[in-house]
Amino acid sequence: MQRFWDDPVSWEAAGRYALVALALLAVVIVFVTYAIYFERKVIGWMQFRQGPNRTGPLGLLQTVADVAKLLVKEDTIPAKADKALFVLAPALAFIPSFTVLAVIPYGLNLPFADLNVGFLYYVALSGVTTIAIVIAGWASNNKYALLGGMRSAAQMISYEVPLVLSVVGVAMLTESLNLRDIVLRQEGYFWHWNVFPQIIGFAVFVVAAVSELNRTPFDLPEAESELVAGYHVEYSGFRFAFFMLAEYVYIYAIACLTTILFLGGWNAPFPQLDFIPGLVWFAFKFALIVFSLFWIRATLPRLRVDQLMGLAWKALLPLALANILLTALGIEWLG
Amino acid sequence: MGVIRTEELLLNVGPQHPSTHGVFRIIVKLDGEIITEATPVMGYLHRGTEKLAESLNYTQIIPYTDRMDYVSAMTNNYVLVHAVEKMMGLTVPERAEFLRLIVMELQRIASHLVWWGTYLLDIGALSPFLYAFNDRERILQLFNELCGARLTYNYMRVGGVKWDAPEGWIDKVKDFVKSMYGKLDDYHALVSGNEIFLSRIKGVGAYDAETAIAYGLSGANLRSTGVKWDLRKNEPYSLYDRFEFDVPVGRNGDCYDRYVVRMEEIRQSLRILEQALEQFPPEGETMGKVPRVIRPPAGEIYVRIESPRGEIGCYIVSTGKAEPYRLKFRRPSFVNLQILPKLLVGESMTNLVTILGGIDIVLGEVDC
Repeated sequence: MQRFWDDPVSWEAAGRYALVALALLAVVIVFVTYAIYFERKVIGWMQFRQGPNRTGPLGLLQTVADVAKLLVKEDTIPAKADKALFVLAPALAFIPSFTVLAVIPYGLNLPFADLNVGFLYYVALSGVTTIAIVIAGWASNNKYALLGGMRSAAQMISYEVPLVLSVVGVAMLTESLNLRDIVLRQEGYFWHWNVFPQIIGFAVFVVAAVSELNRTPFDLPEAESELVAGYHVEYSGFRFAFFMLAEYVYIYAIACLTTILFLGGWNAPFPQLDFIPGLVWFAFKFALIVFSLFWIRATLPRLRVDQLMGLAWKALLPLALANILLTALGIEWLG
Repeated sequence: MGVIRTEELLLNVGPQHPSTHGVFRIIVKLDGEIITEATPVMGYLHRGTEKLAESLNYTQIIPYTDRMDYVSAMTNNYVLVHAVEKMMGLTVPERAEFLRLIVMELQRIASHLVWWGTYLLDIGALSPFLYAFNDRERILQLFNELCGARLTYNYMRVGGVKWDAPEGWIDKVKDFVKSMYGKLDDYHALVSGNEIFLSRIKGVGAYDAETAIAYGLSGANLRSTGVKWDLRKNEPYSLYDRFEFDVPVGRNGDCYDRYVVRMEEIRQSLRILEQALEQFPPEGETMGKVPRVIRPPAGEIYVRIESPRGEIGCYIVSTGKAEPYRLKFRRPSFVNLQILPKLLVGESMTNLVTILGGIDIVLGEVDC
């Protein structure tokens, strides 16, 4: 089958690439806009509140208005900030968050880049955002921001280890790091999905992923009650918007990744449900994970910094290693 | 290369910081994230209540007490009018005394709910705050019906209360008490067993009974160490000797014990309310016989009662005039706060918030 990324290099092919990338950007921006709206609504309902309901019908334009406000705000840079780094950090945070989306396959023929090391690509690029956060914390020349940045560095580096190791089991089962192949190997129905043989890996992955996202109960880098806003305390206007955007694009990315690695991607759970297109299944599973993230936020308190490190190194890492051993034994004995 | 040079970080927390519950400021020295020294700075909300009172007559002072501990205005009202009544030897009609006791216990529940919600917010859980304020709202509605105000009630007067309970009000309070029991169970189910929450507060900010007494702590801060000291029991005022209730105490004096003690106090307040509402006299005066101008005889008096935050005291020196010569409030928030620098040394920034929240201060009362 002819796929567009197999085309020879030409202006025409490059133009097609650019168009597809722009379309994806639009999808992601719309997702972020309505994920924020959805989050505020869901948490509002969980707390006996209405959530946004004034701007536009049902408050649907709330985020649009918020973003418009951020864009027209004065661009302030603190006098003693390191200007070059201060300006660099938001872009450095956002760019990798969008680049990782290239390897996500939404359907059988819908990846933008069919990389053999898709998962590694994801992990390697998303690590750059950590650097951006440390830079932001340092460049702001603010003590709260610095503490937030340092916490963030410690946290994200610690949790990347179990995050990657938890996926090793999946790679062993599917014999691939190509995200498209991983989904193809889960073909069949829900009993073929990785979530069941890899239940330990799944649990470790989800916990580590929530932590990578800096979300409750792991939102220490921006812990409001301690650090006011953490690393982005000095940012305002569109620079702040970029950090926000990066955060929500990562939610999008992690939800996609969880769907692909553990929940069978675009596959339907039952043979009777095969008539529903794969893209819808993908969107459904994706939405389920996004909802769970919001749900956790409305439910749990925050961990302390030392407890957070303890959890990563003393609980998640051994579990992930045990999972690799168990998977290896399983493959050896059960075939 | 030698050892990398490190230095302490001087961090200014507050007065505009979300977790200082107002305009409180702490200057902390940090070694990494560990606090090596903490210096509280107070006074940003000082309004000179005590000095102002010297040029006001006693009825005019009552609204000022509303604004001290604005989360628990009713108990503040009471300590002032009670002190004046004791000085003048006035008797308060039974119905008025019942109303006072009912509003004070409702206020204790409302105040503890605010504490519960904001404490969980400090620890990072968002939802309990909204739940707590939902229930507190119902109490405020009841107060609103009773005296037309939601926060600063100006409800009590020397010799009685300003407003009688409107028709059906007692039944509404009964309904509230009944449903609040269920809510309290819900809250325990939702929060009290949460692993993250427990790991955040167990063993944090602990001190023993001797230290607590040496620092003059009172209220839940004292009882969490196991000292059974509640002025409602130990020096009964109002009608508290008529009702059955327990004084919950902790054992370890840590944030967890303070949490348990306060939550249990809500239940005990509900028990008191249940009994008080049953015995509430169906009719009677709400104002006793009080001279038109209140002039306590020359002399001095110190009266103390149990506010939600601890022992609130009122010391009056009178020269027989309509204004006090000197008025002094012993504010539990202010006294309880004194132990903070001692507790903070060696703790992390995160525990600063946990410990400060656990002491339960109201800045209006700290600065007075």
